[in-house]
Amino acid sequence: MPDSSVNIVIGGEAGQGLVTVGDFLAKALVRAGYEIVVTQDYQSRIRGGHNTYAIRASHEAVFGPRETIDLLVALNAQTVSLHKDKLTARAMVLADEAIDLAGLSGLSIPFKTLCPKPIFENMAALGVLAQLLCIEPAWLEGLITETFHKKGDQVVAENLKVFADSLAWAHARNAGFSCIAPAERTEKRYFMNGNEAIALGALAAGANFCSYYPMTPSTSVAATLIDKGGQMGMLVEQAEDEIAAINMALGASYAGARVVVPTSGGGFALMVEGVSLAGMTETPVVIVLAQRPGPATGLPTRTEQGDLSMVLYAGHGDFPRAVYAPGTPEQCFDVTYRAMDQAEKWQSPVFVLTDQYLADSFRAVTPFDLSRLPRVSSPELGTDAPDRYERYADTPSGVSPRLIPGFGEHLVVLDSDEHTADGHITEDLGVRIRMVDKRMRKAAGLLADCLAPEVTGSAAPDTLLVCWGSTYGPALEAARNLREQGVDAAVMHFLQVYPLSPEHFLPTLEAARRVVMVEGNYSGQLALLIKQETGFAFKEVITRYDGLPLTAAYILERL
Amino acid sequence: MIPTQQYGEFETAWCPGCGNFSINKAVKKALSMLDLAPHRVLICSGIGQAAKSPHYLRCNCFNGLHGRSLPPAQGAALANTELTVFAESGDGCSYGEGGNHFLAAMRRNVTMTYLVHDNQIYGLTKGQASPTTAQGQTTKFQPGGVASMPFNPVAVAVTMDVPFVARAYAAEADHLADLIVQAARHPGFALVDILQPCVSFNKVNTYAWYKQRCYKLGPEYDPTDWASAMRKAQEFGDQIPIGVIYKGSRPPFEGRIDARVRRPLATSKPDLGKLAEILETYA
Repeated sequence: MPDSSVNIVIGGEAGQGLVTVGDFLAKALVRAGYEIVVTQDYQSRIRGGHNTYAIRASHEAVFGPRETIDLLVALNAQTVSLHKDKLTARAMVLADEAIDLAGLSGLSIPFKTLCPKPIFENMAALGVLAQLLCIEPAWLEGLITETFHKKGDQVVAENLKVFADSLAWAHARNAGFSCIAPAERTEKRYFMNGNEAIALGALAAGANFCSYYPMTPSTSVAATLIDKGGQMGMLVEQAEDEIAAINMALGASYAGARVVVPTSGGGFALMVEGVSLAGMTETPVVIVLAQRPGPATGLPTRTEQGDLSMVLYAGHGDFPRAVYAPGTPEQCFDVTYRAMDQAEKWQSPVFVLTDQYLADSFRAVTPFDLSRLPRVSSPELGTDAPDRYERYADTPSGVSPRLIPGFGEHLVVLDSDEHTADGHITEDLGVRIRMVDKRMRKAAGLLADCLAPEVTGSAAPDTLLVCWGSTYGPALEAARNLREQGVDAAVMHFLQVYPLSPEHFLPTLEAARRVVMVEGNYSGQLALLIKQETGFAFKEVITRYDGLPLTAAYILERL
Repeated sequence: MIPTQQYGEFETAWCPGCGNFSINKAVKKALSMLDLAPHRVLICSGIGQAAKSPHYLRCNCFNGLHGRSLPPAQGAALANTELTVFAESGDGCSYGEGGNHFLAAMRRNVTMTYLVHDNQIYGLTKGQASPTTAQGQTTKFQPGGVASMPFNPVAVAVTMDVPFVARAYAAEADHLADLIVQAARHPGFALVDILQPCVSFNKVNTYAWYKQRCYKLGPEYDPTDWASAMRKAQEFGDQIPIGVIYKGSRPPFEGRIDARVRRPLATSKPDLGKLAEILETYA
């Protein structure tokens, strides 16, 4: 009998090609109509160590990763010993015949016989996996053809042969792994991770300048912008350091570019003075912060939601900001698009918080509807009254007319010092008060524009799981499991974490019988923020800070 | 030519007798000679008394953070082809706090002009040594004399084959104006290091001290010869050459920008049809 879902873990050393096997299989599953959640675990090294690529796949919705393993593809012996305790009752281990399966149920694959050269072992593993999972081989054959097309017909043919031979070998062994239930979806979906969706959301909103300094796990945002952005007219520059990256972006934004700056916690620490400058000069900038465990260099390749507090308070003095925290690739696209608009509209720094788990997690993504995107705010190029133009003119909304220098006779004067309406340095303390008040009036606009958290489930549940960012999926799955056990459980997901409008969520928090915050950090940073903003104190907070993503099982064990 | 009055007259926060006054006058004269209307000029600056310069003339101004005049200047120059971009700041801001940006800007070679007011002292914070203060010179904060060797920005720029490298003296305003004009016209990154007395805190490098030492490079000097430029860049003692030390021909950064990037970026709108094609590659 087919199973509704399967969790496949491919393990091995960095450099053994496990990502190739994983990407092929995951993408084929998406094309075949399955839902997937990919979790990548890797070490801060280029070769060696122990890495995994996990694909949880199902014919119905899957929300997060799972810890127990149904199919373990062991590219080395260490993979078997490290993961054998997580194997389910029906699990099988696939490994080269030279690797001792230690009595575990599995298949010893004769890679040497199936492959003319070791480079084809990936294809052989895919052939065996396709047979065990009962995926239509055409999905993988199509991908193999597309991928190796550039290398010539012979390479395509060689890879297809190894794939077919391995499939036939597995078929003949009649290994008896229960197939995954057939997928029912036929509409097109994207195979995409969170960082890619963020980059594409920025491009959709007209981002055309990116300066960055590489840092895991934010690098793939810049990589996507470099790979795809050129066609969209985007200019990407690798700066000498993070300080330069944000200052360069602010110069470009001042001069009329629409800018995005990707970084991670340690790099963001260096950017903080630039955030302050953006606040004082009211220069739009979107900073994508892909979180990883800290403090300092922390666990460079693992995940955490530990940078919220820093982002809330980054920069000295008072100035308004907005902070988004998407939970799915679809939200990554939508929210980054919105962040670009809000930064322009309110002339303030805006943050998009992602993390290593979401950044590297591939999903089957519903195609974005570009025709329904609202117009993004943008500055004016010139004015009819250049002599009267004041960059920081006092207005009821606090938003001053933003013109671009060089396009007319008006002058655009910016200063990091306190300044007059025309942008010049001042030590007039009356002006100082008026300018602070003007800047802070924009906070009301950002608040009025803020997104309400999404509530999935009843409005007055027995158990309400509250979460933000990438914890969304695991919390949804935990709530679904609770409902299956007869508990009326719901999820409240904050995809914008600042500013917060209490009337959006306080009634639901107060109506629920039991409220539990679930966060990927030690201190419960959103719980603390909500308490500060509303006085609502979370009696229960489930935290995770071991570098791994939250899962439904992790949450349920602690409830 | 645009009359220099177009660039305005302003009250300043500078000490009487400060070298900044003649530098300000020279910058205005240079802009006039370049025929640049105020709205076509962007001056980015950092922090310090020199960094206040763009507030004391009519132009577009991005007065940012300490040591950070160059990153916004390059960002603006790359984003907006409607602007002629300068960065202007002091020696502490430019060579101390902003040292890494200076190194990167020389390598990157974006077309812009870097004007450094080099008074060999920290004036605004009351007289500490700067990166260009002579070794052994005493200050209130370095009573035993400066231990570190001074940074030589001109020699470093020549080493890096910066397309235009000049040393100027603030009191020679017309000469300085001419150097700024040449710098702004030269493609790529241009450095004009401007020696400037600090009448309040630098009791060594005074007007008299410079007057005795500075001499203008004559027509016999060939600034395109890298080896002789290196020798001139090292000359700093009893004799200090001022003028164009080095002129190179390294192609500017702009030549390496993807042809599909439509500048000025403010006029570029997203092509959602193109994005739809890109999204198809994820299917």
